[in-house]
Amino acid sequence: MISNPFMAPATNPAAPELDEDQLLHVSLGPQHPSTHGVFRMNVVLDGETVVSLKPVFGYLHRNHEKIAEAVTYLSSMPFTDRLDYICPLTNNWAYARAVEQLAGIEVPERAEFIRVITAELTRLINHTAFVGFFLGDMGAWGSALMYAFREREKILDLFEDLTGARMMSNFMRFGGCRNDLPAGWAARASELVNGFPRFLDELENLIIGNEVLLARTQNVGALPKEALINGGITGPMLRAAGVAYDIRKAEPYGIYERFEFRVPLGETGDCYDRLMIRFLELRESLAILRQALAQLPDGPYINPKSKVRNFKPPVGEAYARIEGPKGELGFHLISDGSVNPFRYRIRPPSFINLTLIEDMCLGLDLADVVVILGSVDIVLGEVDR
Amino acid sequence: MEHSAAIKRLSDPKPQGRWSLPGIGLVKGLLVTATNMLQSYYRKDRMTTVQYPEQRAPISPNFRNFPFLVYDGDDAMAGLRCTACSICEKECPPQCIYIVLDRDENGKSLKRPKVFDIDVSVCMNCGICAEVCPFDSIYMDGEYELSTSDRFGGLLFNKQRLARSTNYHAKLRPLQAAEVATRRKADEDKKLAAQAAKEAKAEAAKEAKAEADKEAKAAEA
Repeated sequence: MISNPFMAPATNPAAPELDEDQLLHVSLGPQHPSTHGVFRMNVVLDGETVVSLKPVFGYLHRNHEKIAEAVTYLSSMPFTDRLDYICPLTNNWAYARAVEQLAGIEVPERAEFIRVITAELTRLINHTAFVGFFLGDMGAWGSALMYAFREREKILDLFEDLTGARMMSNFMRFGGCRNDLPAGWAARASELVNGFPRFLDELENLIIGNEVLLARTQNVGALPKEALINGGITGPMLRAAGVAYDIRKAEPYGIYERFEFRVPLGETGDCYDRLMIRFLELRESLAILRQALAQLPDGPYINPKSKVRNFKPPVGEAYARIEGPKGELGFHLISDGSVNPFRYRIRPPSFINLTLIEDMCLGLDLADVVVILGSVDIVLGEVDR
Repeated sequence: MEHSAAIKRLSDPKPQGRWSLPGIGLVKGLLVTATNMLQSYYRKDRMTTVQYPEQRAPISPNFRNFPFLVYDGDDAMAGLRCTACSICEKECPPQCIYIVLDRDENGKSLKRPKVFDIDVSVCMNCGICAEVCPFDSIYMDGEYELSTSDRFGGLLFNKQRLARSTNYHAKLRPLQAAEVATRRKADEDKKLAAQAAKEAKAEAAKEAKAEADKEAKAAEA
């Protein structure tokens, strides 16, 4: 019997041995609506209890890393939008940071502010959409997701005015941003930020305290801190278990040192804490946004020395990481001095957060598997790349 | 790092002086749903649905879709700004641009494209071609109703299909077009001034030479 050593014995009744004929093999996915994309899990069930779970991915593989080695540095930027398509602007930022580190490009102050504002707006999008998807995974398909998407659409309108596209922004450049904020954009963003807490209250009222939600999420899918740290889990999933690790605080990048914000921590790391940590992070993101929009300086939005055509960074290697909405998002680049990278590697948070899914699910019911998968917050564009 | 203990759990002690009923959480949630349903009839920010195609949402001035080529003057093919330098072809991430340089019978470059095709079924609307173009020739369009029943030929746009006048550009993106127009005007003026200066210099040199010749002749005499 494969058992989960981290689970309390009550939820994991020790069966002496399993009769292979009595086990049921279920293929969850790849087109199941609650799999967040084309992702499959081969689950072996003993009655209703999960005894084995093997994730199968690669259905959405697009050869991104190899393509990036064949095209110029700038040409990889629009491909990064398509990694985690819920939050393209943080992907842009992580890649731009890696190239800036490689080539030693300075970023002007205004560009750093624009980057922080867009990244935190992206975090708002990601976490509200997460709440909607997570509720959808539990069967509350509809209300929560539609409310979340209604608010998301307002942020996407801002992004469309700024970058020209709702989702495929292609906005960051090496040494700044592609264009300046349009007239009146900052005022509209402030308006949105000021109206957002009202929506958050509404969303919290909708779900918090709901007895069904509490029964489905509390004490489901928790792992001890050590297992999460050893598994390389980052982001809200790690912080829900009570590990104070946020790259914005641990290794401040950009201008995050200038802003005052707290890092919310959970206690047990079960699905309920993972949901609630997102609500708390949303409030902290709003605090950062208020400060950034109030302090927004004038100046150039891109380093005037940065080159658009024939950009060749010096020979070298760079790894840059940011705290993406889903966890640590890193880009590792090796340059041989030519126009395209020699090696281009992504550290995707969704993919690495997904690696412990079997440990989280063993000994639980099949219905909990879907809730746990939802709580990991994956986007298959990033898992498969 | 600060710990925020705002996560309330079912096992937490209930606050004193408040009564709780099983199922009250469900009722609270349903109240939110009911409020939203009612508000969707009268509150402006809750009425989000647009009845396309009868109604259309306004397009953002920055919205980008597929590229187009700009031409000066009235004749689209003669006035194309494109010089077939192939920079956009090289930088295009999905490699959807196809350019052939036009040459005369001696093989000399005519600095214009013989073929300029964009496969819009491959194009990913990133706008990098517009960004890298040094000749202000290619820009992103905002047209979005482009469906066609011909899957291959209908989605391969040739240079006739891609050509748009400067007026179209000015109407689509007034700020950008105005900036480009002033820059091009300044460049042209500079070029003209440089040419005039060169001509003047040549004239002066000629005069000086004539003067010198005259003097030399006078000295000989």
